[in-house]
Amino acid sequence: MFRKLIKCLREYKKYAILTPIAVGLEVVLECIIPFITADLVNNIENGCDLSVIVKYGLILVAMAVASLAFGAVAGKTCSVATAGFAKNLRKDIFYRVQDFSFENIDKFSTSSLVTRLTTDVQFVSMAFSLLIRVAVRSPFMLVFAFTMAFMMGGKMAWIFVFLVPFLGAGLFLIIRIVMPIFKKVFKKYDALNESVQENVKAIRVVKSFVREDYEQEKFEKASEDVRADFTKAERILAFNNPLMQVCLHINMIFVMTFGSYLVVSTTGAALRVAQLSALLTYSFMILNSLMMISMIFVMLTISIESCRRCAEVLSEESTIVSPENGAKDIADGSIDFDGVKFRYPGNNKVFALGGIDLHIDSGATVGIIGSTGSSKTTLIQLICRLYDATEGTVRVGGKDVKDYDLETLRNGVAVVLQKNILFSGTIRENLRWGDPNATDEEIEEAARLACADEFINQFPEGYDTYIEQGGVNVSGGQKQRLCIARALLKKPKILILDDSTSAVDTKTDAKIRKAMREYIPATTKLIIAQRTASVEDADIIIVMDGGRIDAAGSHDELMKTNDIYRDIYISQNKAGASDE
Amino acid sequence: MSDMKTEKAPKVGKGTVKRLIKTIFKGYPVRASIAAVCVLINAVVSATPSIYMQKVIALVESAYKTGNWDMIARDVTITVSILAATYVISVISSFTFYRLIAVITQGTLKNLRCEMFAKMETFPLSFFDRNSDGDIMSRYTNDVDTLRELISECIPQIMISGIVVATLIGVMLYFSVWLTLVVIVSVVIMLLVTRKIGGLSAKHFIKQRKTIGKAEGFVEEMMHGQKVIKVFCHEEAAKEDFDKINEELFRDTERANSYGNVLAPVLNNIGNVLYVVLAFVSGIFLVTNAPNLSFSGLAFSISVAVPFLNMAKQFAGNINRVSNQITSVVMGLAGADRIFELIDKEPEYDGGYVTLVNAKIGEDGELTETSEHTGIWAWKHPHSAENTVTYERLMGDVRLFNVDFEYVEGKPVLHDISLYAKPGQKVAFVGATGAGKTTITNLLNRFYDIADGKIRYDGININKIKKPDLRRSMGIVLQDTNLFTGTVLENIRYGKLDATDEECIAAARLTGADEFIERLPEGYNTFITGGGASLSQGQRQLISIARAAVANPPVMILDEATSSIDTRTEAIVQRGMDALMKGRTVFVIAHRLSTVKNADVIIVLDHGRIIERGSHDQLIEMKGQYYSLYTGAFELE
Repeated sequence: MFRKLIKCLREYKKYAILTPIAVGLEVVLECIIPFITADLVNNIENGCDLSVIVKYGLILVAMAVASLAFGAVAGKTCSVATAGFAKNLRKDIFYRVQDFSFENIDKFSTSSLVTRLTTDVQFVSMAFSLLIRVAVRSPFMLVFAFTMAFMMGGKMAWIFVFLVPFLGAGLFLIIRIVMPIFKKVFKKYDALNESVQENVKAIRVVKSFVREDYEQEKFEKASEDVRADFTKAERILAFNNPLMQVCLHINMIFVMTFGSYLVVSTTGAALRVAQLSALLTYSFMILNSLMMISMIFVMLTISIESCRRCAEVLSEESTIVSPENGAKDIADGSIDFDGVKFRYPGNNKVFALGGIDLHIDSGATVGIIGSTGSSKTTLIQLICRLYDATEGTVRVGGKDVKDYDLETLRNGVAVVLQKNILFSGTIRENLRWGDPNATDEEIEEAARLACADEFINQFPEGYDTYIEQGGVNVSGGQKQRLCIARALLKKPKILILDDSTSAVDTKTDAKIRKAMREYIPATTKLIIAQRTASVEDADIIIVMDGGRIDAAGSHDELMKTNDIYRDIYISQNKAGASDE
Repeated sequence: MSDMKTEKAPKVGKGTVKRLIKTIFKGYPVRASIAAVCVLINAVVSATPSIYMQKVIALVESAYKTGNWDMIARDVTITVSILAATYVISVISSFTFYRLIAVITQGTLKNLRCEMFAKMETFPLSFFDRNSDGDIMSRYTNDVDTLRELISECIPQIMISGIVVATLIGVMLYFSVWLTLVVIVSVVIMLLVTRKIGGLSAKHFIKQRKTIGKAEGFVEEMMHGQKVIKVFCHEEAAKEDFDKINEELFRDTERANSYGNVLAPVLNNIGNVLYVVLAFVSGIFLVTNAPNLSFSGLAFSISVAVPFLNMAKQFAGNINRVSNQITSVVMGLAGADRIFELIDKEPEYDGGYVTLVNAKIGEDGELTETSEHTGIWAWKHPHSAENTVTYERLMGDVRLFNVDFEYVEGKPVLHDISLYAKPGQKVAFVGATGAGKTTITNLLNRFYDIADGKIRYDGININKIKKPDLRRSMGIVLQDTNLFTGTVLENIRYGKLDATDEECIAAARLTGADEFIERLPEGYNTFITGGGASLSQGQRQLISIARAAVANPPVMILDEATSSIDTRTEAIVQRGMDALMKGRTVFVIAHRLSTVKNADVIIVLDHGRIIERGSHDQLIEMKGQYYSLYTGAFELE
C-alpha cells in the first residue's frame, strides 16, 4: 500500500531525500552546539584569554549559521516534497478515475471519490511531511543527545536510562487509552456536521413546520454528546505535559544535587560546572523528542485509513479498456444484440438483461418503453461499452463493440444520459464538449436541431451565458435540450436519448424528433421514454419488461397485440381524451 | 453568491480577541479563572529554577577547589528541597490547568456551536438563499476547528510564554543588567523576523485555503459529472483543467509551508547566536573583571554566567514557541471572526401579535379560547387601542392585494399581484422558470416580506400574524423533499411532533405512502440517511406528502416534482397529492396538466405579472397563453 503511494513522489524524490539529510545535519549541529558552549564556559571559568573566547565564538556562530542553513533547506525541501507529493497523488488519483469504467465509478460512489481526492490526500501528505521531517528529527535527536549526554556527563547520563522508559511508558499508556475514544468521537463529530448540513438544506421545511426549537434541541443534544466525549479524551491527554514536566524536574534536581556533589568531590575532574547546564539542555532535547515521537505516532495512526483509501483508488484497475489497435472506423449505425445477458457486478445474482436478441438497421428510429426497473437504460449502456455484456455479443456496424477503439466507439455512439449534467462554463463551452473544434455555425445548428436556440437567444448573453455549477440557472427542460445539442455536435452514427425529453413539453419534444428525422436521417436513433407520445412515430418500438424484450413493433401493431404497451398508452391518454 | 466575505484578508480587530476571552469566561467563570491562576503559577515557577541554580553553583564554586562536599551539603540540600517544593506546586498547577483547559475548550466550542445553530435557525430565508451551503457549513467545521487550536493550544502557549518571558526578564535584571540588554536587543530582532516571515506564512496559508476551496469545488463537479465525461471522451480535457488547478494548489501550499517551516530554524539559531554573544560578553566581563550592574548587587562570576546562559536559551525557546503559533493565531482569529459575524446577524423580523389558538364554539355561536385540542382553530387578535381581544375562526381564506416584491433592490420580480383563494379552493400557478410562482408562495408564509401591497389571511393582514403561528396554519410540500436522518416514522411525525404512531400511519395511508413503506425492510422503522438517498424520488415525495398530511393544516402550498418518475409512481404520488388537497385551500405550483385542470383558478404568470386567470375551460376559450401552453407550444416548467 505504501509503496503504491510513494511512487507518486517522482520528480520530488530528490527533495524527499534531501530533507532527512538536512534535518539530520541540523540535529547534529544542534546537539554539538551545547557541547562546545560547555567547553567555552569551562574556558571562561578558568580565566582564559579573550582570543580563546573569540575563537570559540566564531566556531559557534559558524555552526549556528550552518544549522540555520540546514534548517532552512530542510524546511524548504520538506514543503516542496510534501506539496509535490500531494500534487502527484491527487493527480494520479484523478487520472486513474478518468480511466474508470462505469462499473468502477459505481463501486466507489461519487462522494467517496471526492473525499479521497480532498481530505484523504491532505491527511496522507501531512503524514508524509511528518515522516520526512519530524519523524527523522525526533529519533535522531533522541539518540544523538543521548550519546552526547553520555560523552559529557558520564555517569550522570544514567538518569536518562531511567527517565526515558518512564516517560515512554507513560506516553504509550495515554495513547492507548485515548485513541479509541478519539476514533469514536470523530465519527460522532462528522455526524454532527452532517446534521447541520441537512438542516441548512432543509431550512424551508424546518421553518414552514415551525421546527426551529425542535431542531435546536436535537442539535444541542448531539453537540453535548460530542463535547462530553472530546472532553473525556482531552482530559486524559492533559497528563502529557505534566508527565513531561515531572521528568524534566526530576532530572533538574538530580543534576543539581548529584552533579554538584560530583563536581565538588572530584574537584572538577569528573564533571565541571559548565557541563551541568549542557546536561540540562540535553535532557530537554531527549524528553522533548520523546513527546514528538508519541505525537507522530498518533498522527500516523490517524492517517493510515486515508492512505488505505487513496491506495485503493490507485490500485483499482479499470474494467473496460480500449483494445490495442482497435478499429477506428465505424461502418454504419446498425446495432446487433446476440444472446446478450447482463448482470451488474457485485453480488447480484439476478440478470438485469436476460437474453436479448435484436437487430436494428442503420438509420432507424427506435423507441424503447417500459416501467422503471425493466432495464431500458441497461440495454443501451452496452452499445457504447459503458458496461460490457456478461454473455453474448453486442455489435455496432457489424463489428463487436469490444474490437473498436474505445474513443472511436463512444464518439460514434452518442448517449444523452438520464441523469445529465452541464458543467460550469458558458453554453458555448458546454456544447463544445461534443466537438472541441465546432464552429459557431455548427454549434448554432445543433442548438436549433435540439430546439434550444429559441431560449438561448432570449438570454441577454446568448451562447455566452454562464451556466452555474450543476446547471442550476436553467430549467429542467432547457438543460435537457442543451444536453441533446451537445450530443448532436458529435455527429454520431448512433444517437441514444435516455429519457432525455421528460421535462420538455410534448410539442417541443415532437419538434426535436421531427428535426432529427429530417436533418440526420442516416443516424440511428434510440429513444427511451416514459411517454408513449415520444415514441409513437418510431420505426420500431421495443417494449421492455423485467430485463427482456416483451414485444417489438410499430405503434399500431403494439396497440393491437401488446397489453403492456396498450396499458401505458391508455393510462397516459385517458385524462386528455375525456377532457377535450 | 456569498455576501459573507470568505476571502477577507487576515484583518482581525482587537475586538475579536476580547470577545473570545469574554465568551470563554462567560461560559466557565470559575474554571477559567482557576486555569488562568494555574498558568500564572506554572509559568512563574518554571522561570525561577535559574535562581536556585545560581545559588547551587555559587556554593559549588566556593567549595570545589577544596573538594570538601560536606561543607556545602546542607546548603545544597536546602536549596534543592525548596526547588523540589516549587516543582511540586508547578506540576500540580500545570496538571490542573491542562485538565481545566480541556473542559473549557470543548465547552466553549459547544456553546459557540449551539449559539451559532440557534441563531441560524432564526435567520430569514434570504440568508440561506444568499449564502452557499458550503460557506455556512465551513463555519461549523473549519472555523470551529481552527478556534479549538486557538483556545486549547495558542492562547495557553502565548500566556505561558508571555509570563515566562516577563519573569525571566525580572530574574535576568536580578543577575545582570548589561547581559539583559543584549538579550532584549536579540528579542527585538526575533520579533521583527517573526513578523516578516510569520506574516508571509499566514498570508499564504489564507491564500492556500482559498485555493483548496476552488480545487474542492472543481473536483466535486468533475466527480459528479464523471459519467458524462466518459460518454463524451472528455477525459483528457478534464485532466488538463485539473492539472492547472492542482499546480496552483501545489504552489500555494508549498509557499505557505515553506515560510512556516523556515521560521523555526531561523529563530532557533538566532537563539544560538544570542547564546554565543552572551558567552562572549560574559567572557569579557569575567576576564576584565568589569563591574556588574544588577538588581541583586551580585558581582559577575561564573555562577551568574551559567544560569544566565540557560535563561537566554529558555527565553529564546519561548519566543520561538510563540512565533510558531502565529499562523494558527491568525487563522483561529479569522475563524472566530466569522463565527461571531454569524452570531451577530439580525434574526428574522417578526412583529406579529395575532396568534393561533384552540377554540370551541359556544351555544350562542361565539368562539372562545380553550386549552384542549378541539380541532377548531381561531386567530386571537388583541387590539391594543381598545384593549380588547377578538377571535376569528381559522378558515383558510387568503387574498393578495396589489402585491409588489423584489429580492434585490431595483429588480422587481412581482408586479401588482392580486388574487384570492376562498376556503377549500385550489389555485394553480403556471408559468416559465423565473415567472414568480415560487416567489408568491414564499410571500404567503412570510419567508420573505412583501414590499408593497397587502396579503390578508381570514381577513387579517399577515404581517400582524406571528410567523410561527402563520406557518403552522400552512402546510408545504416542496420539490426538494428534504427528509431528515431518522426513521420513516420520525420523518412523518415531523409534521406534528405529538402525533401517535397510529396518526402517522393513518396519514401515510391517506396519501398512499403506506404501500411502499410496508415493503421496506423494516417498514416504518427503516432508517433514512442522506436525505433518503436509498429511496426513489417518488418514494421521498410520498413521505413528504404524508409529513404534510399529519400536520393537517387548513392551507397547503404544493410544489410538484418535475423530475421524471415512472407513470405508475406518478399516479400514486398524484393520488397522494389529491388526498392531501381535499377540503383545504391549496396553492399549487403546477408542472402537470392534470393538476392544473382540476384547479378552481389557474393563474398564468409571466415575468412577475399575472397575464391570464380563470378556470381551465375559460382559459382554453380565451385562446391565449394558457391555450398555447396547454396545446404544447410552451413548457410548463
